[in-house]
Amino acid sequence: MDRFEYIDARLFDGENYVKRDKNVKIYDGDDKTQFVDGEVVLTSHRILWGKPGDIPKGNVCLSLHLYYVFCIEEESGGVFGLGGPKRIILHLGPSLPGKRPGPAVVSLYHYIKLSFKDGVDAAFYKALSDAVANKAWERPTQLTSLTINSPNASPRSVTPVSSKMRSGIVGIERSIEEQHRATDASISVAFQDLTKLMEKAKEMVSISKNISSKIREKQGDISEDDTVRFKSYLMSLGIDDPVTRDAFRSDSEYYMGLALQISDMMVAVLMDCGGIMSLADVWCRVNRARGLELVSPEDLLNACKLLETVDAPMSLRKFPSGACVLQLNSQQDEEVARSTTELLEQHGRLTPVKLSQLANVSVLLARERLFTTERLGLACRDESIEGLAFFPNLFLTTT
Amino acid sequence: MAEISWPWQYNFPPFFTIQPHSETRAKQLEAWQQLIALYLKTNKQSTIDIRESQNSPLFNNSSINRKLTAEAILTILEDMAKSGKAAPVDKSKNVWEVYWHSLDEWGNMIYNWASANGMNNSVCTLFELREGENSVGEEFHGLDTNILIKALKSLEVKGKCELMEFDDNQGVKFF
Repeated sequence: MDRFEYIDARLFDGENYVKRDKNVKIYDGDDKTQFVDGEVVLTSHRILWGKPGDIPKGNVCLSLHLYYVFCIEEESGGVFGLGGPKRIILHLGPSLPGKRPGPAVVSLYHYIKLSFKDGVDAAFYKALSDAVANKAWERPTQLTSLTINSPNASPRSVTPVSSKMRSGIVGIERSIEEQHRATDASISVAFQDLTKLMEKAKEMVSISKNISSKIREKQGDISEDDTVRFKSYLMSLGIDDPVTRDAFRSDSEYYMGLALQISDMMVAVLMDCGGIMSLADVWCRVNRARGLELVSPEDLLNACKLLETVDAPMSLRKFPSGACVLQLNSQQDEEVARSTTELLEQHGRLTPVKLSQLANVSVLLARERLFTTERLGLACRDESIEGLAFFPNLFLTTT
Repeated sequence: MAEISWPWQYNFPPFFTIQPHSETRAKQLEAWQQLIALYLKTNKQSTIDIRESQNSPLFNNSSINRKLTAEAILTILEDMAKSGKAAPVDKSKNVWEVYWHSLDEWGNMIYNWASANGMNNSVCTLFELREGENSVGEEFHGLDTNILIKALKSLEVKGKCELMEFDDNQGVKFF
């Protein structure tokens, strides 16, 4: 009963009279109410209930907006269902804010019944179900006039809610329509203002991708032109087309391109953080930079393996412990070699074990360091039955 | 065994491991070349047999407990061959001739000695050259016969001598 409103019995602009019936009683859920022996008037937008004669005179009556009604059914009066349907049950959606005051503020029930003393008129029932289905309140002309009148401005905002309340195919269609409308609105807003466009750019790209993929699905290979055109439109808007998998014929080309991109991206980053970064961090940075077309960890790994072939200044390094890092080729090695050389000069002769103790790193890592130092010509090796050891490179330092 | 002043590298353990770093390696091999030449010259030897010389003090420094492996010696000798300082005697590459003087140098040395001793236009046996009293004190005294012959052949090419054989002896005539 809380969905009803007290209002003068006057039709709004755009609201049309449909049908009337008499000797109608209202039930709140299953409970009887005081509203008995009344007339009911069905309009394109509402059901009005009033004492006989009130409605034609335009007096105050009960008004129920049809957008509350999401389902109707018939119910037989008697215990044994004799004599045909006597009541119509209207299942209602929740009460909406902005509703004018009615007979009740809250209601236990989410349905009301209209009980027809003379039985449910089939025509009335049909008219009612048609009126509910037609949703005359959703038509644009209706909306504008209602906002001018503003006796009840809530329908506009209410409509999407009520459409969601509807189940079945109609409801699904409505929601798709809503989405299209929102997309439309979004596009028009985007192109009005450049700053807004920049915000909307991401949405634009995704929408365009959706559309292009839909085109592709529908028309097959022919639509390559369209998708290319789409991409060119996007590019003219200044949105970069990041390296995507489908842009390349084969995987290896893709990986090469990706390797180049990673190399460009990561040079600055690596210089900042000391020349070495774990691959997981690299993945995060790369994806953050790309923004849209994200890269899977496998793709990143495969691309990093190719870094040396594309002559990148960094390379993938796998430590024996299994951890993978991306390391600048120049930076780290020099540092390591320098510090190791100092230690060599201090101790004269270093084995990996000794170095691991001095530098507080694992033995295998210490080995790597010594090899690096040797590679830079700052150490020379001594292989014997005693094992592998390193000396400062006196060959080059002694004249 | 003649006294030889070992270079500092000889007591530097890494000297006995062929270095992977190219620059270091170049220096190392150069040092070995000079050491080998010095050693052979001092000991009046011209050949190295890889199989036997692993225990020679040249390649084996017992004081630091380091020695060159056969492979390492071969690497050094092959490197020397590139600059004409050594040559394998046979395909097995076990025995190498080391030219601590080049063949040309030997040839010139012998010719100069021959001229100085008035042996032009006369015949001289190889034995005389190598072990004769006249040549004592010359560098080529006791020179390996094969090398001697090669040296003389290089002279022959220049037209300064002619090799000949007679009576189971080999001789040479200087012009």
